[in-house]
Amino acid sequence: MSKYAEHLSKELFSETITQTPTRKGFGEGLKQAGELDERVVALCADLTESTQMESFAKAYPDRYFEVGVAEQNLVTVAAGLAAEGFIPFTSSYAAFSPGRNWEQIRTTACLNEQPVKVVGSHAGLSVGHDGATHQMLEDIALMRSLPNMTVIVPCDEHEARKATLAIAKTKQPAYLRLAREKTPIVTSTDSPFEIGKAQVWREGKDVTIIVAGPLAYEAIKACELLAKNDLEVELINSPSIKPLDVDTLVKSIKKTRAVVTVEEAQITGGLGGVIAELIGEHAPAALQRIGVRDVFGQSGTITELWEHYGLLAADIATAAHTAYKRAHTK
Amino acid sequence: MKHSVKELELKANTIRQDIIQMLVAAGSGHSAGSLGMADVFTALYFEVLNHNPKQPYWEERDRLLLSNGHIVPVRYAAMAEAGYFSKSELKTLRKFGSRLQGHPERTRLPGLEHTSGPLGSGLSQAAGMALGLKLKDNTSSHIYVCMGDGELDEGNVWEAAMFAGARKLGNITAIIDRNNIQIDGFTEQVMPLEPLSMKWQAFGWHVIEIDGHNIEQIVTACGEAKAIFERPVAIIAHTIPGKGVDYMERDPVWHGMPPGTKDVPGDPPKAKQADEALHELRTLRGRIRGEHE
Repeated sequence: MSKYAEHLSKELFSETITQTPTRKGFGEGLKQAGELDERVVALCADLTESTQMESFAKAYPDRYFEVGVAEQNLVTVAAGLAAEGFIPFTSSYAAFSPGRNWEQIRTTACLNEQPVKVVGSHAGLSVGHDGATHQMLEDIALMRSLPNMTVIVPCDEHEARKATLAIAKTKQPAYLRLAREKTPIVTSTDSPFEIGKAQVWREGKDVTIIVAGPLAYEAIKACELLAKNDLEVELINSPSIKPLDVDTLVKSIKKTRAVVTVEEAQITGGLGGVIAELIGEHAPAALQRIGVRDVFGQSGTITELWEHYGLLAADIATAAHTAYKRAHTK
Repeated sequence: MKHSVKELELKANTIRQDIIQMLVAAGSGHSAGSLGMADVFTALYFEVLNHNPKQPYWEERDRLLLSNGHIVPVRYAAMAEAGYFSKSELKTLRKFGSRLQGHPERTRLPGLEHTSGPLGSGLSQAAGMALGLKLKDNTSSHIYVCMGDGELDEGNVWEAAMFAGARKLGNITAIIDRNNIQIDGFTEQVMPLEPLSMKWQAFGWHVIEIDGHNIEQIVTACGEAKAIFERPVAIIAHTIPGKGVDYMERDPVWHGMPPGTKDVPGDPPKAKQADEALHELRTLRGRIRGEHE
C-alpha cells in the first residue's frame, strides 16, 4: 500500500470499494463549469439522461440545447456557438459522436480552431448488452490524429469531473472519453489532475504499466499480483493521451525497459499505439499491449467482456511477465 | 439603396473579371458557381451587409458564411473590392503561403467567419451563431449563409434546417445558389431536389424565389428576409452557372475547372479561353466598346 501515491482512494484494497460510472463525474463537472463560467453551454443529441447532462440542463435551461438525433448537427451547431464566444460541450454515445461526425469535428472544430468539447459517452465495451454497434473502441485513434485536439481518458468519477473542469478552461477543442458502467473509484477528491500530465501511482524498477481509463483498477490489482512474484512495477496513470506527458513516461520506460499498456479500446491507434510510437522515437523497450486487438465487441456483461478480451488483472500480470522476460533476454 | 443598380452591376462585372484572373493565376478552382454568384455577393457586400472592412470582427456586424466553400473566389474578389485587402493579393489564390486558401479558412484571413468547404456544415454553424447572438442579446446582427444546391444532398443540411426551423431562428437567411449543376452533371439527374421550395417550407422556413442575377430582386429579398422575425428564411436564387461567359454558361463541365491559357497536346484547345472570357466580360458581350479594346 505504501507504494501507492498518497492521493489515491483510501478504500483501494477494500472489498467494498465505491463504484460509479465516469460519466457521473462529467455530469457533476459540467454543472460546476456552468456555475464558474456563463459562457459554458451544452448540447445533446436525444440522450440527456444517459450522457448525464441532465443536471446542467435543469440548472441552466437557457444554455442547454437539444438538437435531436443528429450528431453531425450537434458538433457543427456547437462550432457556431463557439464562434460567438461560447464554450460548448456536446455529448452523445461515442459510437456516434465522434464516431459518425468525425469530418465535421475535423473541419469546424479543429481546423476552424473553435473550442468545441466532444464528450463521448458509453465508450469502450461498457455499453455491454447493446453489442458491437454501440461499443466504441476506435474513438481514441480517431480523435488523437486531429491537429489541435486534446484527448483525455479519465479513470474514474473524480478524474472525469476534474477533466471536465480543465477542458472547459482551454481554448482548444477537446475529446473526453467516458464509460457507462460503474467502475471503482481509485483516486480521491484531492488527487492531482492536469492536462498533459501523467501520474506515477507506484514506483518500481522492473516493469512500467501505463493505463488510461477505468481499467486502472485492474492494473492496480495486477501490481499486487506481481508483487507476490517479486516484480517491482511502476504504475503510471496517463489520462492525457494528447498532449502526452512524454517526460514522465520516457523516464520510466528508460528505467524499466519493459512496458505494458492497458486500455479498453483498440490498441491500434489507442494508448497502445501511442506508447509504441513513444518507444520507437524515444526509448527502446519491450512492449506488451492490453486492449482490444482488431476485433469488434459483442453483447455481454462488462465482466464477461473484459474477461473475453483479456483485460483483467491476471492478463495484465501475464503481459508484465512477458515484457520483463523480453527486456532481459538477449 | 446606397448604390444605383447600374453601379452594382458594374461592380459585379469587375468581380467576374477578377474571378477569371484569379482562377487563371491559380491554374485550378471552380469557375461556374463563382461567376454565377457574383451578383449575389456584390449585393451582399455593397448593399445588404452591415460590415466594416477595417474592423472585420466588430461585434454588431452581420455575419456572412459560405457553406459551399469551393466558390470562394467570388467571396475573395468581393472582399478585395470592398477593401478588406489589396486587389493585388487576389493572384495568390490557392498558392503556397497565401491567405486565400483554396477553400476559406477563418484563421488565415480576417473577415471570414468560419472554415468551410466540406459540404453540408455551413448551415449548422450559422444556426450555432444565431443561437449565440440570441444568448448575447445581440439583436442587431443578422446571419447570411450562402449554400450550393448540389450541397443540399448532404444530410447535415437537413439536420440544420430542421433545427433552425424548430427553434424559429429568424436571424438566419440562407441564400441557395440554384444553378442546377454539380460535379457529376445536372442536379436533377444526379439527385433530384425538386420540389425544393416545398422542402424548406416543410421544415418551417419562409421561402423567397428570385432571379439571382437581378440585383434589385436580391436586395429586396434580403430586406424581406430580415423583416421576418419568427422564421428562418431561404432565398432560392436561380442563377446561371458560368454567368457572363458564353461557353461556360449552363455547362456542368465548368463546375470545377478554370479557363485555360495554353494548349495541351491531345486536349481540346484552351489557349484563348481566359482571353475570350475576359473580353466577353469587359465588353458585356460586345455591347460596349471601351478602353480595353
